[in-house]
Amino acid sequence: MTITEKILAAHINKKAVSAGELIDVRIDLALANDITAPLAIQAFNEIGAKRVFHRDRVVLVPDHFTPAKDIPSAEQCKTLREFAKAQRLTYFFEVGQCGIEHVLLPEKGLVLPGEVVIGADSHTCTYGAMGAFSTGVGSTDLGAAMATGRLWLKVPESLKLIYHGRLNPWVSGKDLILYTIGDIGVDGARYHAMEFCGEAIQKLPMSGRFTMANMAIEAGGKNGIIEPDEVTLEFIKPRTKRPYKIYRSDRDAHYSDVKEYDVSKIHPQVALPHIPSNVKDVREVGKIEIDQVVIGSCTNGHLDDLRVAGRILNGRKIASSLRLIVIPATQEIYRQALKEGLIEIFISAGGAVSTPTCGPCLGGHMGVLAEGERALATTNRNFRGRMGHAGSEVYLCSPAVAAASAIRGRICHPEEVVRK
Amino acid sequence: MILEGRIWKFGADVDTDAIIPARYLNQSDPKELAKHAMEDERPEFIKDVKKGDILLADKNFGCGSSREHAPLALKAAGISCIIAKSFARIFFRNSFNLGLPLLESPEASEAIKDGDRVRVDLDTGEIFNLTQRKKFSATPIPAFMQALLKDGGLIPHLRNKRKKRG
Ligand code: SF4
Repeated sequence: MTITEKILAAHINKKAVSAGELIDVRIDLALANDITAPLAIQAFNEIGAKRVFHRDRVVLVPDHFTPAKDIPSAEQCKTLREFAKAQRLTYFFEVGQCGIEHVLLPEKGLVLPGEVVIGADSHTCTYGAMGAFSTGVGSTDLGAAMATGRLWLKVPESLKLIYHGRLNPWVSGKDLILYTIGDIGVDGARYHAMEFCGEAIQKLPMSGRFTMANMAIEAGGKNGIIEPDEVTLEFIKPRTKRPYKIYRSDRDAHYSDVKEYDVSKIHPQVALPHIPSNVKDVREVGKIEIDQVVIGSCTNGHLDDLRVAGRILNGRKIASSLRLIVIPATQEIYRQALKEGLIEIFISAGGAVSTPTCGPCLGGHMGVLAEGERALATTNRNFRGRMGHAGSEVYLCSPAVAAASAIRGRICHPEEVVRK
Repeated sequence: MILEGRIWKFGADVDTDAIIPARYLNQSDPKELAKHAMEDERPEFIKDVKKGDILLADKNFGCGSSREHAPLALKAAGISCIIAKSFARIFFRNSFNLGLPLLESPEASEAIKDGDRVRVDLDTGEIFNLTQRKKFSATPIPAFMQALLKDGGLIPHLRNKRKKRG
């Protein structure tokens, strides 16, 4: 069996499951945010449920339009706050202690290897980086799961993605996943578990692994998953005392397909509008001038991401023709970045730094684009209108490419700005 | 169940940001959401769509975010059913959970034209193009999903189950 199958089998108390089987799994954690929770709470109430299945295991994170950007957003946050209070939820993260859900939950030790996590947010697949099964659902599913602690789902086929070789300078998890999506397409892993492995993955820090699992959904995947190793355990150790279980794929596990990549051939990547699979090597995109650079989001708002950007921006100034917006993904990352002098670097370079929020990633606030404007972002989606006006454009890249391009004023390879 | 309506045809990989842009997600009233359905993709859609109309698309319809606001907006706009070559996973779940039926039929997706009138039999998965007088078949809806649709979605389905259990 694959790691995905083993985790799912354990959550229906069975020895084995196989791909295609419809199962009713026990979930370890249910998550919703300020956009999806109001509908989930409505569903919860409509079922006639009185109590959530476990008050430690339902987590609400108001991160999308927060600090509340307008009155309707404030009303949505209020709905969450009141529900959290009435249900005596242990984990409701108020502005000031909050962060983008998919970076916040691992940081707080709320997700562990071998667990089943569902969230009313498509990037819930991020936690697969820790060897958990995690997937996004809609609000109704989540409302029902908050009540029952269970979810029906189909055991997915697994797609094995092996990354061999050594990474080139300035190449990160973001580049590997963009390259992969460019290769297999936005529905290349539809309904599948994407199992990332190989020595290049083992060399990746947790931040890079989170980035890769995060974007499994951009290939249509149900979940992304990476077997836990020393790096994973190191990450978990200071964060929790809860017990957990590590699963690994069997040697003879069944895969619907196996893809192998030689990462020494992969260079920094850019996804051009208006679909994440429209990927090119950064040296091949031509002269593309940009109006705004965004460094942040659940994909690339980690401390490591800010460090890379800081290394490039240190002592330099961004082009006068553009705006740079930097958003640490959580308060903890913000604080650490402050300690390390990164925030100082960003501000001195001419950037705007914001409190943690999804903000511009979904065209919510804190950097919405006008018609005809072009943004380069470390986020995960570049669909038409994703960051603002339907006539604007979004290019996706790594923090290194974003920082270097902010200095240049156009999309460029980091080595154009700094030698590694 | 038999449905009949005009076809609204869309392309491949229509994402949830196109179905309902995120800027309208600061609230979740279905009627408000419906006012902006497909706004950036096809502005005339919301002006002309009639109750019972059917949406037709190419592959991977509804990819992107998990927002249930997407099928909710289409349903509130009057769409009775969506036919496509294939659907993105979360959109698929969300639609059935809301009682909005989806049918997968590559041949129908290819052949049916924008503006055609179509009759759909949800029980058999048969699609009849009244304009072109042509028949197509879709993958039949699994029994479990049929049960959801009959009850009107996951919530009424769970409520019914609770009632039966007493
Ligand atoms: S940062 Fe962007 S992709 Fe991530 S949860 Fe927020 S809106 Fe979604």
